[in-house]
Amino acid sequence: MSKHIPPKHIPPKQSPQAIRAEALESILIEKGLLSSEAVDEVITRYSERIGPMNGARLVAKAWVDAEFKKLLLDDATSIVEEFDFEGGQVEKLVVVENTDNVHNAVVCTLCSCYPWAVLGLPPKWYKDPAYRSRIVREPRELLSEMGVKLDDHVEINIWDSSAEIRYMVLPMQPGGSEDLNEEQLASLVTRDSMIGVELLGS
Amino acid sequence: MITPDSEGGEMALVGVVQPPMANGEPVFEAPWQGRVFGMARALCERDIFHWDEFREKLIAEIGADESIGDYRYFDHFLMALTVLLEEKQLFGVDELNGRTHEYSERPHGHDHST
Repeated sequence: MSKHIPPKHIPPKQSPQAIRAEALESILIEKGLLSSEAVDEVITRYSERIGPMNGARLVAKAWVDAEFKKLLLDDATSIVEEFDFEGGQVEKLVVVENTDNVHNAVVCTLCSCYPWAVLGLPPKWYKDPAYRSRIVREPRELLSEMGVKLDDHVEINIWDSSAEIRYMVLPMQPGGSEDLNEEQLASLVTRDSMIGVELLGS
Repeated sequence: MITPDSEGGEMALVGVVQPPMANGEPVFEAPWQGRVFGMARALCERDIFHWDEFREKLIAEIGADESIGDYRYFDHFLMALTVLLEEKQLFGVDELNGRTHEYSERPHGHDHST
């Protein structure tokens, strides 16, 4: 049994399943079985943990394999194509490395361009006008507020994403993790560290 | 900070019941799909049911689907969830049908245009 479904312009909200799902959620909430916050939380958790796994794999491999790291920093687009991450459509990707002397952070000042092929869905704050303007205007102060305390000698570079080019930060490997294998290392890499608004192991 | 065992494993939706994935995460083609996924996980985390029970229902729903080329994973997901909740006498499908009908009668900016 194969149904032919014509191309449709029904807004998602209008589909019968969408209405049914909404009805189900409202009933379950009324019965005290769940809250909409709990549902939100699950969705957020999955987008924070599962989405950035591709990026985390690249970072972990770069930490253990100097040759790979060089390739990644030289031409991340090709590397990502080789990895053949599902989700297709890889824009030009540039990976920038954090060091003891340089800290990088990513923004999209115009809208919310984001390296989703490696980081999944962008967090809400990434789209926030406050982040988008302050990270450019007063990066050191904003980063400090977000928990990234940098010494005065550390140079800060802010990378403005666009439709054509996306950036990802290669964070510094946290101290004490030298004995971990690549997979264990990947699990240490957070989404925020690859945006440049978190220092690992701090 | 995430730990090595924090994702994927416990969910155990692999093989025939694996959701459409891209970039290592479930793909939601519409917001409601994310909502039902979130509902199922949230109910499971509150011990309303065990994930294995849900998975059995999902396998049954997917197994009963004989359509070709029009595979609708989250339709099955929603159906499996409602079947399980009714079986557990947590709500009645009549109630859901009634509420769905009520919602679908709401005035809305767009017309249904199938």
